[in-house]
Amino acid sequence: MTTRWFGERVQRVEDDRLLRGHGRFTDDVNENGERALESYLVRSPYAHARIRSIDVSAARAMPGVVAIYTAADLPFGQTDLPILIPHPNLTHGRTQRCLASEVVRYVGEPVVFIVADDRYLAEDAADLVQVEYEPLPVVITPEAGAKAEHLVHDDVPGNVAAEMIQEVGSVQAALASAPRRKRLHFRFERGAASPMEARAVWARWSTSERKLTVYDSTQSPTSIRGGLAVLFGLPESSVEVIAPDVGGGFGPKIMLFYSDELLVPFAAMQLGRPVKWTEDRQEHFTAVNQERGQVHDVEVGFDGEGRVQALSVDFIHDGGAYTPYGIILPIITAAQVPGPYRVPNYWVRFRDVYTNATPTSPYRGAGRPHACFVMERTLDAIAAELGLERAEVRRRNLIQPNEFPYELGVAWQDGNRVVYDSGDYPTLLDKALEKLGPRPAGDHIGMGLGMYVEGTGVGPYEGAHVQVLVSGKVVAATGIPSQGQAHATVWAQVVADQLGVDVSDVEVTGGDTRRFPWGVGTFASRGAVTAGNAMAVAAGMVAEKARHIAADHLEADPADLELVDGRVRVKGSPDRGMPLGAVAVLANPVRYAFGGGTEAATQFASRPRPGPPLQEGEQPGLEATGYYSPPGSTWASGCHAAYVHVDPKTFRLEVLKYVVIHDCGRVINPLVVEGQIEGGVAQGIGGAFYERLAYDEEGQLRNASFMEFLMPYATEIPAIEIDHIETPSPLNPLGVKGAGEAGVIPVGAVLAAAIEEALGVPITEMPLSPLKLFELVKSPS
Amino acid sequence: MKVNGVVHPAPTDSRRLLSDHLRHDLGLTGTHVGCEHGVCGCCTVLFDGAPVRSCLMLAIQAEGHEVTTIEGLAADGAPLHPVQQAFHECHGLQCGFCTPGFVMSVVGLLKQNPNPSADEINEGISGNLCRCTGYASIRRAVHRAAELSPSPVQGGGSGRGARQK
Amino acid sequence: MKPPLFEYHSPTTVEEACALLATFEDAKILAGGQSLVPLLNFRLARPQHLVDINRVDGLDRIYERDGGVAVRALVRQAAVEDSPLVARVCPLLTDAIRLVAHRVIRNRGTVCGSLAHADPASELPAVLLVLGGHVVAQSKSRGDRVIGADQLFTGVMETTLAPDELMVEAWFPAIADQFAISEESRRHGDFALAGAVRAGSRLALFGVAPTPVLADPGDPTRGLQPSGDLEATPEFRLHLVRVLAERVLAA
Repeated sequence: MTTRWFGERVQRVEDDRLLRGHGRFTDDVNENGERALESYLVRSPYAHARIRSIDVSAARAMPGVVAIYTAADLPFGQTDLPILIPHPNLTHGRTQRCLASEVVRYVGEPVVFIVADDRYLAEDAADLVQVEYEPLPVVITPEAGAKAEHLVHDDVPGNVAAEMIQEVGSVQAALASAPRRKRLHFRFERGAASPMEARAVWARWSTSERKLTVYDSTQSPTSIRGGLAVLFGLPESSVEVIAPDVGGGFGPKIMLFYSDELLVPFAAMQLGRPVKWTEDRQEHFTAVNQERGQVHDVEVGFDGEGRVQALSVDFIHDGGAYTPYGIILPIITAAQVPGPYRVPNYWVRFRDVYTNATPTSPYRGAGRPHACFVMERTLDAIAAELGLERAEVRRRNLIQPNEFPYELGVAWQDGNRVVYDSGDYPTLLDKALEKLGPRPAGDHIGMGLGMYVEGTGVGPYEGAHVQVLVSGKVVAATGIPSQGQAHATVWAQVVADQLGVDVSDVEVTGGDTRRFPWGVGTFASRGAVTAGNAMAVAAGMVAEKARHIAADHLEADPADLELVDGRVRVKGSPDRGMPLGAVAVLANPVRYAFGGGTEAATQFASRPRPGPPLQEGEQPGLEATGYYSPPGSTWASGCHAAYVHVDPKTFRLEVLKYVVIHDCGRVINPLVVEGQIEGGVAQGIGGAFYERLAYDEEGQLRNASFMEFLMPYATEIPAIEIDHIETPSPLNPLGVKGAGEAGVIPVGAVLAAAIEEALGVPITEMPLSPLKLFELVKSPS
Repeated sequence: MKVNGVVHPAPTDSRRLLSDHLRHDLGLTGTHVGCEHGVCGCCTVLFDGAPVRSCLMLAIQAEGHEVTTIEGLAADGAPLHPVQQAFHECHGLQCGFCTPGFVMSVVGLLKQNPNPSADEINEGISGNLCRCTGYASIRRAVHRAAELSPSPVQGGGSGRGARQK
Repeated sequence: MKPPLFEYHSPTTVEEACALLATFEDAKILAGGQSLVPLLNFRLARPQHLVDINRVDGLDRIYERDGGVAVRALVRQAAVEDSPLVARVCPLLTDAIRLVAHRVIRNRGTVCGSLAHADPASELPAVLLVLGGHVVAQSKSRGDRVIGADQLFTGVMETTLAPDELMVEAWFPAIADQFAISEESRRHGDFALAGAVRAGSRLALFGVAPTPVLADPGDPTRGLQPSGDLEATPEFRLHLVRVLAERVLAA
């Protein structure tokens, strides 16, 4: 393999159409110019209530209304939606139904589905829907969930969906013998991903072809396809699911099935017309899964040098009203608390509790920002108690480069145990401190430091199809969609290197089951590891095939051939070769030449070898399908450090300098990775100081708009300075690790430490705000 | 109303938002809708040359006026507009959903101020939300766009909408 | 998030607009729409009639009058921001406008609209109050009525404008004295958690009461009982506004 493209700052191939306004997002879809019916979901205004009655008669009679569905109108109305990731510890998993008909358990739970000529009319009709509710007691914080004065589900005692205890070593004994012990309590509130494009679904049923076509802003079109095929009793080949351009995902779009993902295709099949549903921003705030709500009780035992000897973490995960995503989030937190540090004795318990809030599933970082917060704040507390430099305490606890593979001893989200494959944590720390430089002069300035590891690239697998066309151009496809991560560019880089072609000659499709029906999805920082390696595998197979076909024609040994500049040629004799397109012609013996040079593959053209044109084991076409299934996660890592200033009167935060040293193994495209990090850090700053989900005691989200949910503008986000180190992953051929979530993980821990130092008050919770700081300074907890 | 130089008949439904009219009646889906309350800036278009939120206008209000959408900045097949080109060169976009709104705001910013300082750039793009980039690459793109713009480019800055009582 | 049904009216003269307002009980005036349209989209406002004044002649002028500057009902905030006349006669207004939302909003939003909307956390009502300006309201039955700033604002988003009146103009007195405006908001361009504006020896505060209030520079927070919300408790608002008052008084 040449590495002409791998590692280069290749500018994105996606940009041109997106910049011209020619992107195609789900709400833009208008196949065949046939205007889709538009729809609206009437949602519960109560966090917990019994439905006494639903009356849709007035709405149904409204002109422009085409159909109205309640649970009673659906053949699958009484079916619980699937638990996506069952787990033995999830003893009391509960999922919602497509439309609620008996009890609603969060504000935003869908109750009635309205299809009308347009969205304006559908919203008018929603005004006419009468649902009578009997309010029930509301459970809204993780603490209240665990306290269980009221139950979210009558048949789930204590509101506990799952409990899991893990232990490495012997924590009680190690705590008892530790020279010093400290108890700490850390709280993290819920946060929201808030992609700029909310969710959308468009569906059409073709009666003549018996084919269902669905456009969906999902992170997993292949899973949606599988589910729709099962639900409607169709062969998968009759269901096409396309995630077209998706306007940011950040996790919640991996959740399936949101009710609309079933209702829109169902209505399209029922009504014989295309139907679409486009979520508005207001409903997005409560309809789309959230994350991050956790409270942690920590006890740490350490020696006089600041070395951690034992760590006990007992935490509650706010799971929301249902557990469709299983217990992946608390499993990740439990596994990731120790981070890059040696924790010889580690005990962790979590309880995943129900509350009357929107269900949870991963949001960029997924259990890790809180895990990192727990560990980093604990190390800061140890440093403070011992009067040591915070960096020094970290240095003394870091796992060393010669300790890999490093087995942590706890369970990982893919069913394996956590084993760190490679890394160089001390170098991350040293480089971050060096890049951060001396402390700026002035009062009320604080420094924060945070390190993390991130298990990336989970399985089970992804695949890719790569084909060289007779023109010499290359098309490649994978099942996973992009939400802005530049897949079309980086996959093209991988394929171009394998085939010796220009990156602009490779056209990539992702997330379209018509082009590639197998695969899992884009989540958990797994795209580059899984699909990237699958691209390399498939393109490598194509290259091998090209060498074999060309070898016959060039009368050379395949091993002596190389793919360079769009040609297959003999090493050392660049003139002896043929264009890749010509090889593609020969790969497909034809009876009828159809242009493009295909006469060379007809029956009277010269043939280099005896026997049938297609011999045993051979397949036509210069193409291949390849898969990559990782043996386990590969572990990225990094170190962030910052200086901040906090105005002691207004409590306005100014980030003076923010540096990131990042290790995601071999970097395919630094431009893209840096963009991921810059965006991740910004999202972290938003989650740490601006955004929160402000639920009141009634379970109402009080800030469900961009006016009050304070996603930062450019004026709130500082410049981020980034350097990379590369410790290649030994687990995959490309040596890559995931990079999508890294930016966000340590930001809360870093800012908390910096603000704590700037103001001299202990910070044990996220998010912060000027108001919160004002109150902490007034009466430190 | 004239949209990207082409005259279109007046919309018939007086409550239709300009954003919906552009997208679904005229098929100009490059104008995106991110919040429908004037905060995110995804739906920014030029209205008589100045950037405005198309989700905060009724389509009927555009009758007799000129609207330029992202599709109107560079003809198909023609080179990108300097602001578009700068976003490409500087990796100023990831998912591309907020991008048309940013580009239209920046076109307005540079018309008003062809050589903005770093602070003026921050201020100028501060009415548009982006969840992917962290804004660093967008700032670089605005600097680059100012370099690429031969003369002041066509079209203001950036939003809080209203809030309830 | 689509507007509810309403009847749309597009008068071309002030008289016609006032006649419509006199005819329909439940009518809203649409000028810049930067506050009203979000409320429509959330269906928090459901007026039966919308009177769009954007095609009314003679409402887009900024001119000098009576030693101050008059801003007609359709003058966009951006035009005031860019106006050399405003910068010369009433530079405090120029400074204050730059704190209003973002430029794209100001391209469409109007000064008179901000005054009529009367958000207690917004800047322009406080500027009108501290300067002792006024607005001119016109109605079919009563003609022109001048309402002093101290008589205009009555509560949270409530004014003494009658339902049949159109605010045709706002008048800001010239300022030659020291002036300054300062506010704290969570994000750039957001509504203020609290704000203070000074004109000479006069001080007005905003965001800390149902309306902007004139305050005693010696004891700015006396008698104030601000409300609390997600971003500021009453106590924090008082704290902030003291800091901001100090700042503008030191300017």
